[in-house]
Amino acid sequence: MTVLTASRAAIAKPGRGRIIAAVLVVFVVLAAVFRGQNTLSLVPSDTTALHRWFNDVNHWVTTNRNDSPLFLYFFNEIRAFVDGLTTLIQNLIAQPSYGRPVPVIGWLGVVSIITLIAVAFANLRVALLVIAGFGFIGLQGLWEESMDTLALTLSAVLLALVIGIPLGIWAGLSDRVNAVVTPVLDFLQTMPTFVYLSPFALLFLIGPASATLVTLVYALPPAVRYTAHGIRSVPRASVEASESLGANGFQRLTGVLLPMSTRTIVLGLNQTIMAALSMATVASLIDAPGLGKTILKALQTLDVGTSFNAGLAIVVMAIVLDRLTTAASRRARTHRPSKLRLPLLGVAGVLTLFAIYLSRTFIWAAEFPDTVGSTDINFGNDIARISGNFADWFTTQASDVTGWMKDTTSLLLIDPLQTLLVESPWWLVAALLLALAYLLGNLRVTVLTAFCVAGLVFSGLWQDSMTTLAATLIATAATMVIGIVVGVWMARSRRADMVIRPVLDALQVMPPFVYLVPFLALFAASRFTAILAAVLYAAPVVIKVVADGISGVSATTVEAAIASGSSSTQIIWKVQIPMARQALVLAANQGICYVLAMIVVGGLVGAGALGYDVVAGFSQGELFGKGLTAGFAIVILGIMLNRITQAAAERRRTA
Amino acid sequence: MLDNNKARRAVLGAAALGLALSGCGGATVESGSTGSGGGSAEDCGTVNMAVNPWVGFEADVAVVKYVAEKELGCSVNTKDLTEEVSWQGFASGEIDVIMEDWGHPDLEKQYVDEQKVATKVGESGNVGQIGWFVPPWMAEKYPDITDSKNLNKYADLFKTSESGGKGQVLDGDPSYVTNDEALVKNLDLDYKVVYAGSEAALITAFRQAEEKKTPLLGYFYTPQWFLSEVPLVKVDLPAYSEGCDADPEKVDCDYPETPLIKFARTEFMDSGSPAAKLVKNFSWTNDDQNIVAKYIAEDKMDDEDAAKKWVDANQAKVDAWIK
Repeated sequence: MTVLTASRAAIAKPGRGRIIAAVLVVFVVLAAVFRGQNTLSLVPSDTTALHRWFNDVNHWVTTNRNDSPLFLYFFNEIRAFVDGLTTLIQNLIAQPSYGRPVPVIGWLGVVSIITLIAVAFANLRVALLVIAGFGFIGLQGLWEESMDTLALTLSAVLLALVIGIPLGIWAGLSDRVNAVVTPVLDFLQTMPTFVYLSPFALLFLIGPASATLVTLVYALPPAVRYTAHGIRSVPRASVEASESLGANGFQRLTGVLLPMSTRTIVLGLNQTIMAALSMATVASLIDAPGLGKTILKALQTLDVGTSFNAGLAIVVMAIVLDRLTTAASRRARTHRPSKLRLPLLGVAGVLTLFAIYLSRTFIWAAEFPDTVGSTDINFGNDIARISGNFADWFTTQASDVTGWMKDTTSLLLIDPLQTLLVESPWWLVAALLLALAYLLGNLRVTVLTAFCVAGLVFSGLWQDSMTTLAATLIATAATMVIGIVVGVWMARSRRADMVIRPVLDALQVMPPFVYLVPFLALFAASRFTAILAAVLYAAPVVIKVVADGISGVSATTVEAAIASGSSSTQIIWKVQIPMARQALVLAANQGICYVLAMIVVGGLVGAGALGYDVVAGFSQGELFGKGLTAGFAIVILGIMLNRITQAAAERRRTA
Repeated sequence: MLDNNKARRAVLGAAALGLALSGCGGATVESGSTGSGGGSAEDCGTVNMAVNPWVGFEADVAVVKYVAEKELGCSVNTKDLTEEVSWQGFASGEIDVIMEDWGHPDLEKQYVDEQKVATKVGESGNVGQIGWFVPPWMAEKYPDITDSKNLNKYADLFKTSESGGKGQVLDGDPSYVTNDEALVKNLDLDYKVVYAGSEAALITAFRQAEEKKTPLLGYFYTPQWFLSEVPLVKVDLPAYSEGCDADPEKVDCDYPETPLIKFARTEFMDSGSPAAKLVKNFSWTNDDQNIVAKYIAEDKMDDEDAAKKWVDANQAKVDAWIK
């Protein structure tokens, strides 16, 4: 059945496919004719009036920061509060405090508390993982740095939940609020952090408050989105049942909606933590303490090993926290307290209290020991040395082959596409984008595209935007191909899933700053390197979404196809992929978002264009406005690409 | 063998844990605390020093911090910040000293002239030179390449996947101002400026070019720790003369030598703190900075050890700063 409908849908509208092909041909011909005209180019060190206007705003804020009431009674209050919160958590677990040479709770206490949380909300296996994970970090010689990072993450996550859950509930209950909130969240997630780093340091001063708030901006969206999604997914029948029993709004919320969406909200907590952790390195650019700082320092001297060691600590912490929250969300669903639970928790609680006492009393329990007796137990230096040597050896061995890969891909793929988009007149590219939006999507998305195009032209960064667009398209396409191939593989083989999933987790949270230097050694400072970094960062998410989607295809349908004699390839292409289309659309959207998130990192490794504009704007005062504008241009590209793909997917479904 | 060793460590660790848990203590936090460094911190108070993200800057701060803490009894906070944000710190009172400024006329105007929160303290003794560089093997093999007039002859060597058929000038540490786009145009060079985007990218490129003997022409600067690993050779652009870089679009000359400047918060300088005097008197040469930078970057010493090593060997210089 499905096989039939799927192929019929493909045959049903050959006309449009042909029109699109014709449009592309016309575009290529015109591009050749008008090549090099009206390209709206702007040299990296030049600025437009708009950019300079942003500079003036920045200047005004600096000058008036100390006597404007807006600062005295608004920003300063926020700063004081957030500063207090973060410093409190730091004092508790990370920094020497209250006149003592160590934090309030030493490592043994911290590990015990988190283990207790794992026992209480997850399961024993996760508890063991907590002990192993944090023990590993301690043995890496990075306990203090890790606790600084954890303190910052916790305070940002706490704030994200306090703001995000109520907001998410509201957006879940009201369509209008949802319609307002969603684009704001999109904006927060696509606007590169580099753009608001220095304004935040200006508004909230240098220190923990700025670092926490920068992290909060990025960590808030998942908290809101998942909560809203959870509330919305509660079956209508349950809500109506509670209504018929005479529950009022508040009762409905606490009695039905929240309990039934707990699992999704905890998943949101998981994503919020991951997002916050991924900001550790960037926040260090404005003096946030912790592992990020270790990584940035190591980058200055190109010390790959040391930054890998610190990156590994972030990965370990992320995986532990991920498993902990995931297990907690599963339990939230299948809540079945056993008789042994309470006594067990009681014992664990007493042990934890004892551990906290020890960690406040004895040095060995307060500061993670480097030695036991006279034996050195710290293996951080070994990890750094071995990984550093390996990176050196590998890059020397492989750089000829990888250099050839880079040259070939650049010549055959990147150059042609970039030439078409960058060296054609802006009106021609604009016309193409509008035509595609109309043909693939609908009138509404065409109007939106028109606004986006106008925004890009107005930004003064049209040509840079087109260079970045070319790279983004290639990176997204590559990500989707990898995502579908690996995702299908994982969905069809449990063993593959078991091996690949932890690798994906690691790739997702390993800060790109760690692998920047080896990448540069392999592929030189080039657009290819930037595209590769983006693919590496975006692919894990896409793979996971695709794998979930394919696994979700009903087993009976697949069995029916097998029974009717379909081969594996036929099942994949004709049954599983078409039926998982929803997941594929979601994967494409996430792919675009994640690729865009890496544009700035791309700017650091030779992609130039918008990414470089943002980085330079962060470093040079005169380019501040240009960097900010480049940030907006990235947001615009994101909106445009996402809306066109969404509209295209809808049209296919309804066609 | 290795496994054996690890197993032994694990057992030892477990044993120690068991011992400790059974209540046989060890050093306690209270008895273990010996009060944190610095004697008479009251005279000097706390100094907040910006550390901008390059090793030379870190070397300056390491030495000043070491001297201020060990010899003057100050307590020094270092804050890792980029240049722009460090300057903002003058206004908010969170930064007292910037040890090495490469020239920010806009920031200087805003904070020194308009808001009067910062003071130009003087030269640090280091002289910065931005320029175009080639790896040493190229200067040896093509001796005349160091004259920019001959660059077009060699443009083919420098082609890459990024330079669109022309020679590549690898640019783009985003922190530095560059005139290279204008230079290429005004000197009629058959080159294209490619933006590497980070110092790490530039250093990796030069390191590889020397190792593999591949051609590379790029933007770089001295003092920089990497030059003690690979002594890059500077390409002479038409000599700098006063005002030849006045109009950014018409620049056709080399970058000027830049004496690097110390800036400080005005209030801090007027406070009479001995640290303010130290900052004012601090002066050292490019060689001094390079050697401390090398201790940090290549010998992987931590900042304090690196500073100590240099101070011990140069006590006379240090005495002149604090006397």
